[in-house]
Amino acid sequence: MSARDLLSPLIAVLVLGGLAFADLPGTLLNLLIFMMIIALAAQGWNILGGFGGLASFGHAAFFGTGAYATLILQTAWGVNAWVGLLIGVAAGAAVGAGIGFLSFRSGLRGSYFALITLAFAEVLRIAANASPLTGGAAGILLPLDYGFLNLQFDDRRWFALIAVLFVGAGLVLARWLERSRFGAYLIAIRENEEAAQALGVDVFAVKMGAITLSAGCTALAGVLYAQNYLFVDAHVAYGSWISIEALFAAIVGGLGTMFGPLVGAVALLGLGEVTKAISGGAPGVDLLVFGAILILTVAFAPGGLMSLRQRLTGRRRPKGETALRSGEGA
Amino acid sequence: MYSPLIVAEAMLNGLMLGAVYALIALGLTLIYGVLHIVNFAHGALLTVAMFGVWLMFEHLGLDPYLSILILAPAMFAIGYAAQRFIIGPASHGSDNSILLITLGLSIIIENGLLATFRSDTRTIDTDYAFQVVELGPLLLSFPRVVGLFVALAAALALWVILERTDVGRAIRAVAKEKLGAALVGIEVGHVYAVTFALGCACLAVAAALLMPVFYVSPTTGGAFVLVAFTIVVLGGMGSIVGALVGGLLIGVVEAACSLFFGDSLGQIGIFVIFILVLLFRPTGLFGARP
Repeated sequence: MSARDLLSPLIAVLVLGGLAFADLPGTLLNLLIFMMIIALAAQGWNILGGFGGLASFGHAAFFGTGAYATLILQTAWGVNAWVGLLIGVAAGAAVGAGIGFLSFRSGLRGSYFALITLAFAEVLRIAANASPLTGGAAGILLPLDYGFLNLQFDDRRWFALIAVLFVGAGLVLARWLERSRFGAYLIAIRENEEAAQALGVDVFAVKMGAITLSAGCTALAGVLYAQNYLFVDAHVAYGSWISIEALFAAIVGGLGTMFGPLVGAVALLGLGEVTKAISGGAPGVDLLVFGAILILTVAFAPGGLMSLRQRLTGRRRPKGETALRSGEGA
Repeated sequence: MYSPLIVAEAMLNGLMLGAVYALIALGLTLIYGVLHIVNFAHGALLTVAMFGVWLMFEHLGLDPYLSILILAPAMFAIGYAAQRFIIGPASHGSDNSILLITLGLSIIIENGLLATFRSDTRTIDTDYAFQVVELGPLLLSFPRVVGLFVALAAALALWVILERTDVGRAIRAVAKEKLGAALVGIEVGHVYAVTFALGCACLAVAAALLMPVFYVSPTTGGAFVLVAFTIVVLGGMGSIVGALVGGLLIGVVEAACSLFFGDSLGQIGIFVIFILVLLFRPTGLFGARP
């Protein structure tokens, strides 16, 4: 990975960071923050689902673990918010490694992997809704206490900037996957697992690495969510909404591409706001449109928005194209 | 702690709910066995059928059990169209794409219903909802007894269709050897759509059996979809007998868990079984290959 490779993530961070300080109205600034959180969750999904071809329906398991971990540490043990962030990411990554260890050891792929991740997220949701550790159905509230050390800001532009910086880190991570040996192994497994194994790739270890990175990235999104809204309950943390939004953004943006999840999150959430405004706030209309877009993307542009750009400029074939076509069940 | 009578009643109630679960799972496993696709929209389609029962009861005053006569053909048509015109063409035949297409469909259906009917839960009132059937010392709920027998009859009808009719023979041929079936003149796309449609017709019957004792909201089907997947995986993907046995078993497990751990944790037992079966015996009880 050369300095040149880091240029486009840097430009993205500068543009988004500039946007955060462009004197946006409050609602737009909040939307920007939410977009960054979803982009980060989607980048996590993209590492496993896009680069690795392992579509998960249960990234809520990681998102929720990150969110709960940091809030529990801060409220029950008075841990510093930044330490809580680190431990939250580590906890999410650990849950990812655990689920990965069990699933990959049993050789689960394709639909089976999607279903088992969904089941794990549901188990966590029901458990979190009942357990006193997670505040039961009432959830956990983080008291308001502004300060950099508490990762809470009176001026929300600073929180937006921090979210943008983390999204930038996610971009660099994806760029590293595009350039590194590990990433090449992962893509090889996506294209043909047996062939990769025959060529000496340690399939199990590479998949474990991928799910751990993926879970950590999505857990970071969960931590930011908790820190931004100062509240988390079982539905917010482990509900299927976040698994679906992460998956949508990554696929619509472009599977296995660095900018795909960010582009997808911005496009989908922006469109969601527009449809909400047009439909006069009828519930579910924005998700209805998302569902239609997902089907259209899979049917007509499996490489997502990123591939449309490449198609228009007539450049090389989209990288994500094969991701959707590989993986024929377990 | 619990009298044997209460436990026995709970188990029997579980068995009867399990029969309806089995019917839902039957549609799912049939679709998997022939098309080799995981139909994630199954739960949302069940919700559609349940709203169908509710609408007909509310506006036409039609008895839920009688509404099967209209609803089953209607769901058959919906299922045929969904597979023939959306899922088939859009997926290019790849496993991951189909999963995502059916996920997209389920989200469209769920939120379409949410936008139309809002999130209120709806029930129907029948005179027989609280009637009981006496079986020795046991008191059994009438709608659940009906559920058990109609579900078993529907399963039998499905078996007859698969084993004794030309359509059934074509379906089995396509399931076994797609290319060979196409070579002898079977139109595979049509058979796929018919299979999907049969699975949806099962949902129509299940919806009619559920409505007298259950409620419907746009997300109701979602609660059933993981249960149905659990049954299908437990019984072995694609196995009809497996779905029946698995459904009855899961019904009893859920009843037992709810009785001993309370309603909110009752579902955890199901998911834990699901995870364990996937991890240690993905072929299920009756499945041939993973």
